[in-house]
Amino acid sequence: MQPESAMTPGLEVTVLVSVGRHPLTGRARRADQDARGVELARSFADAQVRLLHAGMRDESSEAALRGYLGMGFTELSLLEQPQGADVLPALAEALDATSPHLVITGERAERGEGSGLLPYLLAERLGWPLVSGLAAVESVEDGVATLLQALPRGQRRRLKVRLPAIVTVDDAAPAPRQSAYGPARRGAFEATAGPVSVDDEWAAWHVQPARQRPKRLKIVKAASARDRFKAAAAKAEGGSGQVLTDVTPTQGAEAILTLLREEDVLR
Amino acid sequence: MLDTLLPILIFAALALAAVGAVRRIRLWRQGRPSPVPVLRGLATVPRRYLVDLHHVVARDKVMSNTHVATAGGFVAAMGLAIVVHGLGLAEGVLGWLLLAVSATMFAGSLFVARRRRDPPARLSKGPWMRLPKSLMAFSLGIFVVTLPAVGVLPADAGGWLVALVLAGVVAWGLAELVFGMTWGGPMKHAFAGALHLAFHRRPERFSTKKGSGGNRSTGLKALDLEDDQAPLGVETPSDFTWNQLLGFDACVQCGRCEAVCPAFAAGQPLNPKKLIQDMVVGMAGGSDAHYAGSPYPSPERGDQPVGEHQGSPHGPIVAPASTKDGKALVDAETLWSCTTCRACVEECPMMIEHVDAIVDMRRHLTLEEGATPGKGAEVIDNLIATDNPGGFDPGGRLNWAADLELPLMADVERAEVLLWLGDGVFDMRNQRTLRALVKVLRAAGVDFAVLGNEERDSGDVARRLGDEATFQSLARRNIATLSQYRFDCIVTCDPHSFHVLKNEYGAFYPEGQESGYPVWHHSTFINQLIEAGRLRLAPGQAARVTYHDPCYLGRYNGEYEAPRAVLQALGVELVEMQRSGYRSRCCGGGGGAPVTDIPGKQRIPDMRMGDVRETQAEQVVVGCPQCTAMFEGVVPSAGDEEVAVKDIAEMVAAALDTTPEAAPAPRDASTAQATEEVMS
Repeated sequence: MQPESAMTPGLEVTVLVSVGRHPLTGRARRADQDARGVELARSFADAQVRLLHAGMRDESSEAALRGYLGMGFTELSLLEQPQGADVLPALAEALDATSPHLVITGERAERGEGSGLLPYLLAERLGWPLVSGLAAVESVEDGVATLLQALPRGQRRRLKVRLPAIVTVDDAAPAPRQSAYGPARRGAFEATAGPVSVDDEWAAWHVQPARQRPKRLKIVKAASARDRFKAAAAKAEGGSGQVLTDVTPTQGAEAILTLLREEDVLR
Repeated sequence: MLDTLLPILIFAALALAAVGAVRRIRLWRQGRPSPVPVLRGLATVPRRYLVDLHHVVARDKVMSNTHVATAGGFVAAMGLAIVVHGLGLAEGVLGWLLLAVSATMFAGSLFVARRRRDPPARLSKGPWMRLPKSLMAFSLGIFVVTLPAVGVLPADAGGWLVALVLAGVVAWGLAELVFGMTWGGPMKHAFAGALHLAFHRRPERFSTKKGSGGNRSTGLKALDLEDDQAPLGVETPSDFTWNQLLGFDACVQCGRCEAVCPAFAAGQPLNPKKLIQDMVVGMAGGSDAHYAGSPYPSPERGDQPVGEHQGSPHGPIVAPASTKDGKALVDAETLWSCTTCRACVEECPMMIEHVDAIVDMRRHLTLEEGATPGKGAEVIDNLIATDNPGGFDPGGRLNWAADLELPLMADVERAEVLLWLGDGVFDMRNQRTLRALVKVLRAAGVDFAVLGNEERDSGDVARRLGDEATFQSLARRNIATLSQYRFDCIVTCDPHSFHVLKNEYGAFYPEGQESGYPVWHHSTFINQLIEAGRLRLAPGQAARVTYHDPCYLGRYNGEYEAPRAVLQALGVELVEMQRSGYRSRCCGGGGGAPVTDIPGKQRIPDMRMGDVRETQAEQVVVGCPQCTAMFEGVVPSAGDEEVAVKDIAEMVAAALDTTPEAAPAPRDASTAQATEEVMS
């Protein structure tokens, strides 16, 4: 898949993997985006790929993490952290110590805070560049990676970035390979203790399942197949949007409130 | 001169055969250990051969008589020849007996020769073409050299030249029939076949003198997942158990499996006979260039040429994905083409277990390589995450029955019947079948309950896709659920769940527990209800229907009668397809085949619908959600009428007599009366 000739041999890649959560059943699993990150790393020829997870180790998370091992790895590095800990310092320290060329991670976690901020905070702390929404790594030569970034509607942007760097992948990256049961259960966890920073704020939060947001029905008034196709393929447009400039916060808030009432979100 | 030559020839042939036997046995012993009772196994051979094997061979009367004459003649002739010519004991009747049996064998070999004159495509050619000549050489040679021994001809008749020619003919016969048996000639099937019968991995398949046992053993063998360092499944030929390898070696290349294989007929790259021969090639090491039967079909090239694949006992059977464009012994598509319909196993006169072998190799591909093709990986992921192959919300298993108020096991805790709904609950077509079944059960006043959201996929598709780990996880959790409740039997309208619950869950019950309940397919259960007079049916469905036997109900569980009895009770006109009963052709929906979706020249369900159309039936009656889905997916070709696909439960539900009963008194449950009533 990748042009192998253009890969620096011995490229060290670390993939940050997390414990995912199935959207319907809530069961722990390999997180989809992280698995895509692993798949991306597996497509590099001659790269040394290391899996790194920071978090709590229990039965269900171990089963989920073994899902990554089943993609063809013999071991996974584990920074053991208590539940609810902020894993940022531990990850930053571990990455600083091993200094890989490239760190790959998903856009956001499927459980916990899931704010999607971790890659940014990590990049800030390490002082490394960050590229989000990667579709492919085209080549790595002389410490410079040529990346293909995914933009909406199938567009791609080619970027060059100096290593070390952090890249995140989303659904545009290649789908992860099947996780095989045999290698998954034979794989080993290499556990190390990292610095623990307890997130008091998070501990005070109350977490509940999100209520489904109301969704605007798309009414297509099309007479012909061509119109229907155009409607289906059309870019999502705001249409009757309104741009407010130079307004006070109160006026802005009122405008938003009015809109929410119009849309029947608030009653 | 013959008097000195013949004993030398006979004992040399026997010695060579013994050497060959040791070599052959060492080939088999490369496989994994599998303990068997040696002496008791050998003692069963005559019965297993004469009763069970012959039962299969006798489906082709001419061939069976030919084989009796030839093989019986040979065994007797060889035994007598050792006594008469080897030990020189021609006195009395022995010589005459030898004349008689060699003449019988010669007659048999004439029929073998006739069959080889214009052989059907399913037969292998190559060395098999010389077999009739060898048989004739042996029988004729023995016959002629015995004539002097009984005094019909003078001992020195014809002089030394004739004696030498005769010795040559006998030597040819002995070479093919005695040591050819252990050195890999066509007669290998006799040696390996006899031992295969003795040490078969499924002894339950065979009848016993008491006649018990049911002669059916169709559940897959459990894979031991305890040892977490052991490689899983079969990667190399030596990963099969030794008696599986022995079974492959027993293949007589008659091609009956090829003739019935739906994947082969559809032009998918599978031929059960070639697959077994490839395993023999792998066991001995080498390439498949000497294979002389029909090759694997190839959608692009018509036929896969032989000679491109090779293997060794400890080399991979399927080339790993990392080897680019790699070819090993067989291609992965070959293994994934199988629908596990068991037609090949049913037809095999040598009792070879093709499906076991295919699933063993699939287990390696799925569990070790993570190489389940098509949508297979997605289905397995769904099963792990949501307990159903479609990835639907497991909390919505009863959404289809929101208005039916089905009693839940969790509420009632005990019921006469546990109705196992299966994953068809998520399929709108099968929901119609389920509604019909519920209507029938209610009309019969059956006390039933469902598991509702506590039910999980039975694990059938995971297991056939080789994911034994997910299957065992589902099985253990389902067993834990089932053992919480009290019920007399399980009824299901899905033959796949039926088979798994009935035949495959037994191995996973915790120690000290066992499944103490019968499992019925709904056709069987409805038939019981009709026979007990619990259903009132209004006659008058004047339809011309045909019935499709689902593989997992028919061949896997031997239920051919009940659905037909139900149809008879409905008073419809039943026309049988040419291939029905144990020879029913698969719909293409089993074994995960619709999920892996290996391309061929045509689709299996299209062929089966062709069979249906030949009967000119208006409806095809099925008893399986997979078959329903496969048949309803068939687009009739231009000019063809649409054939309605009905589940047997729908047929019965439509025929229920809803007029108020005159006398609500319980009926006499005599069968004859009930049948008479509904037939009038």
